[in-house]
Amino acid sequence: MRTFILRRLVQAIPVLLITSILVFLLIYLIPGDPATTILGPNATPDQIVALREKMGLEDPLYIQYFRWLGNVLQGDFGVSFRNQYPVGQLIALKLKATVELTIAAALFAVLVAFPLGLLGAVYRGTWFDRFFNAVTGLAYATPGFWIGILLILVFGIQLRWLPASGYASLFEEPSKGWRFIILPAITLGAYSSAVLARFLRSALFEVLDQDFIRTARAKGLHERMILFGHVLKNALIPVVTVLGIQIGVFLGGAVVTEAIFDWPGIGRMLWDAILTRDYTIVQATILLTVSVFVIINLVTDITYGLLDPRIRHG
Amino acid sequence: MASSTPASAMVDQATVRQRPSRPWLDTLMFVVRKAPFALITLGILVGLIVAAPILGLPDPLAINKGEQFSPPSLTYPFGTDEFGRDIFSRVIYAGRTSLMASLVAVTLATLIGVPLGLLAAYVGGILDTLIMRGMDVLLAFPAVLLAMAIVAVLGPGFTSALIAVAIVSVPAFARLTRAAALAQKEREYVQAAQTIGAHPWYIVFRTLLPNCVPPIIVQMAVTIAFAILLEASLGFLGLGSQPPTPSWGSMLQTARVHLRRAWWYGTFPGAFVTIFVLAVNSIADTLRDALDPKTRKI
Repeated sequence: MRTFILRRLVQAIPVLLITSILVFLLIYLIPGDPATTILGPNATPDQIVALREKMGLEDPLYIQYFRWLGNVLQGDFGVSFRNQYPVGQLIALKLKATVELTIAAALFAVLVAFPLGLLGAVYRGTWFDRFFNAVTGLAYATPGFWIGILLILVFGIQLRWLPASGYASLFEEPSKGWRFIILPAITLGAYSSAVLARFLRSALFEVLDQDFIRTARAKGLHERMILFGHVLKNALIPVVTVLGIQIGVFLGGAVVTEAIFDWPGIGRMLWDAILTRDYTIVQATILLTVSVFVIINLVTDITYGLLDPRIRHG
Repeated sequence: MASSTPASAMVDQATVRQRPSRPWLDTLMFVVRKAPFALITLGILVGLIVAAPILGLPDPLAINKGEQFSPPSLTYPFGTDEFGRDIFSRVIYAGRTSLMASLVAVTLATLIGVPLGLLAAYVGGILDTLIMRGMDVLLAFPAVLLAMAIVAVLGPGFTSALIAVAIVSVPAFARLTRAAALAQKEREYVQAAQTIGAHPWYIVFRTLLPNCVPPIIVQMAVTIAFAILLEASLGFLGLGSQPPTPSWGSMLQTARVHLRRAWWYGTFPGAFVTIFVLAVNSIADTLRDALDPKTRKI
């Protein structure tokens, strides 16, 4: 097991390192002087000179990279050129909203996917199959932002059941926060709920066809006991892996969802930063998101290896 | 006498009676049989988009004062927008932008990803490691985020969105082709080509590649749907085609602001994109069943 974990760690580290190099180079890949790029077109020559000195732009590129990486590892992502706020602090402020949204979307995806996938497996070959394929196919094809727009139209504007946009923290003001988070969570979780439901159904199919299930039926075990006691337990392993991968989908989808609902999270901050060319924020948010994505994938893989010995010996 | 016909002659007759192999026609007929509705829907939508200039549609950029936010009617089937422009016409013309971006992006991704996958599989060793770790890095980014990072460097616009969608799509092609080529590499016909001293380029592109085509075709179909959605997402975020050129994503972004005044503004363009992607996905799934049954959809 230790070898398996070590092997996965060794695979993840170069990915993180190369990602950090690419993110570092982002500012240098943009045509023009990095200091001018960061400060924007209205910067004075004095400001540009001062920033060039501060960034050490005269040093060789690899020295600049290691200095930048050293700062990043200590939580220093530089300052936003728009308001001179430390980027690390800005991220800390926005992180909570994105974490809340991601958890709520994952919860929605699981709550929808499990009954759907279970029914899909139990009623295979019936009319439910067509319904299942139609619903999940639709969720695969619908752009997240259109789901958001429809939800706002129906529940925010026509029925006025839920707010069309805005944010209240679920942790600090739970009585108010849940009303704000429902529509964004559905928007973000819809696609993943379809992916999870299809995986769960397929995993259940596989287990249902195995000999030990036939044996359980032959010895007269109740169908419900077979499903929940034997089938589901064995089918859950691959589903947990898929849920881990979907976290990455949430992190990417959060940008669009936060843009629709004016959700003050990391995704919205990245979007604003790209439009206003605030590149220190772009660098920090991308690096952070990719690192979280890689770490979640790593943890998922290791968990999978722990649960299923065939993986770690494969 | 029939009973005295030698076995070898029977085999020969059976061989003669066999239809000549026409894989492309067979695949097409399979899709026509299994997904007729999706094919017809896609045919109509693509027909509308391609033939837009000769259909006599209103100018998608023409501003009509006094016609702002007109609800759907016979004159304006999808209603009008904040400048009185015909939303139906804009959706169809936006389809030209989005479809063009997606098709070019998928072609680029195929042209880059497939040779990379072939080289990684055939050469192996350090080149394989380098290529595949590079692909791992690209895959470490959530798709929207990588596309946004690329647009951040190149600046918002049609070409940037197109390049971003292409780059994001490359790893899937590279990985898939590598896997298919690795499976073929050990087969006798490749070893035979090596034995007779064929040039490595010949082996890679003339013997390996043709046998990896079915999964690549399926991947191209899947990626078209993905590319349309990703391009629309970039457009929605204001990072794709810039106004006044209509694109599906940017129309929905503007619609979001006017939702309280005009429900039709966001509803119809979104429905159009969804139906389009649904039809493409359905055809892609059927193609997969026809060409690559081992990886049949879950």
